[in-house]
Amino acid sequence: MPYGWWGRLLEVDLSTKNVKITKIDKGTMRRYIGGRGLGVKILWDRLGQKWEEVDPLGPDNILLILTGPLTGYYPGGRVCVTGKSPQSNGVVGSTVGGEFGVELKCAGYDGVVVSGVAEKPVYLWIEDEEVEVRDASHIWGKDSKETLRVLTKELRSEMSKEHPLHGVCKEPSILYVGPAGENKVRVAAVTAKLTHAAGYGGYGAVMGSKMLKAIAVKGTGPLPEVAEPEVFKKALDDICKSLAQSFTMRYWGTGSAGYTVGVDTSSEPIRNWQEEWHDETRYGSSSFESKVWIKRFWGDFGCPTTCLKLAMIKYGKFKGTLTDNPDYELQAYLGTNLGVFEPEGSVYLSAKADDLGLCGIQIGNVLGFAAELYQRGILTKEDLGFELKWGDVEAFARLQEMVAYRIGIGDVLAEGTYRAALKIGKMKNTNLMPYAVQVKGIGVGAHGIRSGLDYTKPTAYVCNLQGGDHTSVSNLDEKNRPGEWEAILIDSAVVCWFNFREDYVYRFFKVVTGWSVSEAEVYNEIAPRIAAIQRTLLLLGGPDVYWDPRADDDNPLRFYEPLPSGPKKGMTVKKEDVDKLKQIYYEAAGWNEYGLPKGETLEKLGINEVGKALEKVKRRLQIP
Amino acid sequence: MNEEKAKIWIFRDYERCSGCRRCEIACSLKHEGRIWPEASRVRVFMLIPGLEIPHLCTQCPDYPCISACPFKALTVDEKTSAVLVDVDKCTGCGKCIDACPGKVPFIHPKMRYAVICDLCGGEPECVRVCMEAGYNALLKVPRFATQAYKVYARKPEDIVRDLALKVYGEEWGEWI
Repeated sequence: MPYGWWGRLLEVDLSTKNVKITKIDKGTMRRYIGGRGLGVKILWDRLGQKWEEVDPLGPDNILLILTGPLTGYYPGGRVCVTGKSPQSNGVVGSTVGGEFGVELKCAGYDGVVVSGVAEKPVYLWIEDEEVEVRDASHIWGKDSKETLRVLTKELRSEMSKEHPLHGVCKEPSILYVGPAGENKVRVAAVTAKLTHAAGYGGYGAVMGSKMLKAIAVKGTGPLPEVAEPEVFKKALDDICKSLAQSFTMRYWGTGSAGYTVGVDTSSEPIRNWQEEWHDETRYGSSSFESKVWIKRFWGDFGCPTTCLKLAMIKYGKFKGTLTDNPDYELQAYLGTNLGVFEPEGSVYLSAKADDLGLCGIQIGNVLGFAAELYQRGILTKEDLGFELKWGDVEAFARLQEMVAYRIGIGDVLAEGTYRAALKIGKMKNTNLMPYAVQVKGIGVGAHGIRSGLDYTKPTAYVCNLQGGDHTSVSNLDEKNRPGEWEAILIDSAVVCWFNFREDYVYRFFKVVTGWSVSEAEVYNEIAPRIAAIQRTLLLLGGPDVYWDPRADDDNPLRFYEPLPSGPKKGMTVKKEDVDKLKQIYYEAAGWNEYGLPKGETLEKLGINEVGKALEKVKRRLQIP
Repeated sequence: MNEEKAKIWIFRDYERCSGCRRCEIACSLKHEGRIWPEASRVRVFMLIPGLEIPHLCTQCPDYPCISACPFKALTVDEKTSAVLVDVDKCTGCGKCIDACPGKVPFIHPKMRYAVICDLCGGEPECVRVCMEAGYNALLKVPRFATQAYKVYARKPEDIVRDLALKVYGEEWGEWI
């Protein structure tokens, strides 16, 4: 019997409504850990041979909701959502906070694998061993808030009737999509708890393409036993005490950064990254605190950090709006990036993204792109139906709705910045890539590279397995190892980045799973192995777009323009420096000069079978 | 000081609850030896996200659960005032749940006996972790001779509805 995990995946085929359990063996878990790593392995095994032909929004894609062996034990519950990404056409390990992973484990599963497509809207109900594909016609079309409300209410009422001895029934944990997901908008998120989202990757659209409105789970059992129960309790107490000391995360969350990333590090997106510096003190944490935060400490399962803050507007035209924080990314993307410098505006646009089921980062990237096109006269009032000026909160909210419902120009923008740039560029007969701040189909996170002051270095997004994902950056770390190896560990153990303490993760592996995972094993075997497969799938790509590392392992063009303002005015990164650093990164990763994992690397990692797929990539790219 | 443990009560401040559920983790580790939220003596309800409610026994001075038990499986811990469940006598009939104004007890998800907070013999684990975390949503306080504690025996639905009206506003009153 394994410790910390069950070795059981729940498989649901929506086309046939078949439900079965498949086993995961010890060797696979040890080699791929869980979450992102296990997801990459499953996707490779099942879709690897025909990857380029699999439409991420078609019936052949599979949606994976995976826990890790530390889910529920390590402070701060998260779960990893993955599959073939409709943004990058590769794999993105997209994690979301909440209790879903814990409930799933308490129901006896390490993950859910959803394949096929339902004929009509459905939701999946998992109550311990009882699993049912249910009609969702009554919630299809509803926004996120209403979806969560209706499902919570009806499932609780049903459980209470069925199990009077449970007393008052606790709510199930639910992952759901809003209208954006239903409409297969490529920037749609898989969402939870009103305000939480697995945004990167666009898996909301994958759920929508499967006609899957929600997955609800109630597990009444315990988490799996741990290897060393007494030592585990001590380790848990120790890390909780240690994490609770973190002042910034605890009291401000990432919500102080809307000001500081602008003023301190000159790396905040402003008006679609035309600038990265501002000194708008009215956009600082003090304003958020006094105007909109109604709860300072809000956290997910077991979290001693509680970086989430709840924001609600109690006055004026946006009265009644509720969201979390907004966290830094949304303060930036649904704030400064749109020329919005009022807390209320950012709260309103973030809540709108929550309700529509949009990824706040990706939609903020898309809206900024559209607004710059408007600024430059490329998109006009006629194209949009209204004016789209920087700072106009209501106009941006309107455009969010048009994207979520694919109305007018919103239908094109719903394809995400990269694909929209191609389409609108064609329409207008001009190259729009200079304004598309994305890498491999994924809008970059709100941390720029030009000032050199942020944690994101010149190659942060260049070789990134998840495109523009700021949580998985491809810098070299202080030991000259690929920085993404750490992100792979975080997303595969499925722990929260903000609670990540590497030494504790190894300690938890030992006491929870009984595995003696060493840093050397992670950095020399586990992470590079997962990365090699994830990289291969990304380069296989298709069917609508493909990547060429020679051209696409690069920064958005905007990052080569000098910063126009602030103390770092004039700073930029140089293309030739990036090209050199890229080669160093490839070498450190065990990849060849084209960024393809080397044969000897595959051999060393025990994944020779990946070589065949790389041959296909080489043929397409016409490289030796 | 080796003081005799006085009668105690667990004060609850719902607005301060972060929803972190460390109380559930600590409680189930102590009583079940596992992390087991559905078997925790304190259960955190999230009927509306952001308005989490730790739900646990308040030890009504008239103990309606004890009066309702047909098997005399429930007794009062004279030391702390907690309700103690004799798992050998308890049949899991659920009469205590019906009798409780707050529907706090429940039958253990895998065993046939009622689960009720035993105040950890005077040193509640839930309070320890909540205070350690600095939320202080749960506090250990001395217990006095008053009926006041009874008013905390309420269903989570009712508590959340009140809290929603107060914190989120009128339109949230009908949410659940």
